[in-house]
Amino acid sequence: MIPSQTGSADPLLSIQALTVAFPPARRGGSEARVVQGISVQVGRAETVGVVGESGSGKSMTALSALRLIPEPGRITGGRILLGDDDLLQRTEKQMRTVRGGKIAMIFQDPMTSLNPVFTIGDQIAEAVRLHRRLPRHEAWEEAVQALRRVHIALPERRARQYPHEMSGGMRQRVMIALALASEPEVLLADEPTTALDVTVQAQILALISEIKRDTGMGVLLITHDLGVVAETCDRVLVMYAGQMMETAEASRLFAMPAHPYTQGLLASLPERLAPDAAPQRRLPFIAGQPPAGGQIPAGCPFRNRCPKRMPGICEKPLPTTTLGPGHTVRCHLYPAPEPTR
Amino acid sequence: MTLLTVKDLSVHFPLGHGQVVRAVDGVSFTLQRGETLGMVGESGCGKSTTARALLRLLPATRGSVLFEGQDLLALSEAQMRPLRRRLQMVFQDPYASLSPRLTVGQIVAEPLEIHSIGSGREEREAKVARLLTSVGMSPAIARRYPHEFSGGQRQRIGIARALALEPDLIVLDEPVSALDISVRAQVVNLLADLQEQRGIAYLFVGHDLSLIRHAAHRIAVMYLGRIVENASSAELYQNPRHPYTRSLLQSVPVPDPARRRERAPLEGDPPSPVAIPSGCRFRTRCAYAQPICTEKDPPLISLPQHSDHLSACHFATTLPMWQPDANAAAP
Repeated sequence: MIPSQTGSADPLLSIQALTVAFPPARRGGSEARVVQGISVQVGRAETVGVVGESGSGKSMTALSALRLIPEPGRITGGRILLGDDDLLQRTEKQMRTVRGGKIAMIFQDPMTSLNPVFTIGDQIAEAVRLHRRLPRHEAWEEAVQALRRVHIALPERRARQYPHEMSGGMRQRVMIALALASEPEVLLADEPTTALDVTVQAQILALISEIKRDTGMGVLLITHDLGVVAETCDRVLVMYAGQMMETAEASRLFAMPAHPYTQGLLASLPERLAPDAAPQRRLPFIAGQPPAGGQIPAGCPFRNRCPKRMPGICEKPLPTTTLGPGHTVRCHLYPAPEPTR
Repeated sequence: MTLLTVKDLSVHFPLGHGQVVRAVDGVSFTLQRGETLGMVGESGCGKSTTARALLRLLPATRGSVLFEGQDLLALSEAQMRPLRRRLQMVFQDPYASLSPRLTVGQIVAEPLEIHSIGSGREEREAKVARLLTSVGMSPAIARRYPHEFSGGQRQRIGIARALALEPDLIVLDEPVSALDISVRAQVVNLLADLQEQRGIAYLFVGHDLSLIRHAAHRIAVMYLGRIVENASSAELYQNPRHPYTRSLLQSVPVPDPARRRERAPLEGDPPSPVAIPSGCRFRTRCAYAQPICTEKDPPLISLPQHSDHLSACHFATTLPMWQPDANAAAP
């Protein structure tokens, strides 16, 4: 059993001990291991959050599930199971039917997914026809229906418009409609609301939850926003410098964070201060900066910023310790029990 | 002591065919010396345009900006120049706002050179070293280039540059929005320290309501080119008296699953600033709207019991008690 594994008995998507590396930028340099041994599972109608700061490897983890790691990066270890199907064993041609088929992805910037020179109705209808053989007019009807499902008013009229004619929030809805056109089993959502206003963010998060509830789709939500995690996720994986630091059910992670990094992140959130307390002008913070890719130290990658670091200990390989049901932490404060034969 | 009084500031952009974008449409507020005023609202509400217009980085259509009794909008460019050093700005994107061709030392020293401050290189170098130290950076980095630094460090360099001329006011346009969460608090704390030491006033434009609550003494909430509510941070969060402010506060996700809410999100998008609704501009999305809201534009006025709390709502005094978790899901 992989101890850092988190999740349900019968997952839709199971990422196991994933490792992603980029070759050294110059001769004699070291390769950058941007993802190191990450395991995460997404079950039916479940939302799993992957939290981390920029460079933590959270987006690379999601992109790996579609085998879309940008060159020259490579998946160097692990397995990615969609049901019983190991996606790392599939040909590139077979992967094309998985992408935007059983697994769909949405991004922070909808314009990366939308083509500016086609109407949104044409784009959704095309996605529908890629996965189901339908006559054009039926695919168009499906597209209008898809827009209605993401609560776009006047969907018949909107279908004839171009992306630039819409607001940011509406484009995000269109991208979700596009992603849902193939009725995916798993939705990978990479910072889907980061560029949106809080009011629109609330609308989009409510929409994703509603569709998940109606269709049983699993959602892997990549975000840096712990507020979004608390509001939407069933389980959470906290990443730092490409590694898993802690994973637990959301309610447990927020109630009893074990890793000093998780504790520091939660403490630095202004909303976590007592809600009725007078505003304080100084906020708690984590000193220092995250390490750059390729400069990740051996042992605990967080130790240089950690208020609880133990010299001589934190340089050693991290133990993986289970603290409770589904709650796993990687930190020398929690030594693994002695192995039994 | 009042540092800045903005009265009826408007910034309109003609589109042709008689259409006009009313990006800022009658904004009034005051800023005290050494105080931080937070300015929040959705994108397109005119908060950044307001900030730029009062520094004259954009031409205002109407209104006045009194800085120590002088109307900045009525001055010639030559009259404005000596005042510019006292009004500085820090931008959102720490990657775009620092020239990649200049060393950190040159970037921080540039304003000193433009305003001919300090005689000779040595004096300027010493000043740059002091400025870098004051933002928590080593003076040794003066010889290095911006690309060698992270976003949080670059933002510190941008702040050092803004401090170089010892300004009375710094406009901060989303100063921490591009930074990682663990670094945001560092920069907000630095700004608070500098304000305490130097008595600088900040106009802090942002969209992160929970952060602004801690960074600002007062908060002005903007909607579609107008300020709809203006109160002290504590008062605004505990007793919001405009329906839009309440919608904004309720939209902020709470990082605590135990307080997870089934919320009623604000529907739709704000109307276009080309076609601002009659009467109250928020009425098309407001749950409390009545016929009077279509007919009469509510002015931004003090609440009867609170001269320091302003709201532009016909029902400011009769809105129900504010309960932040009113929509909390039953346990």
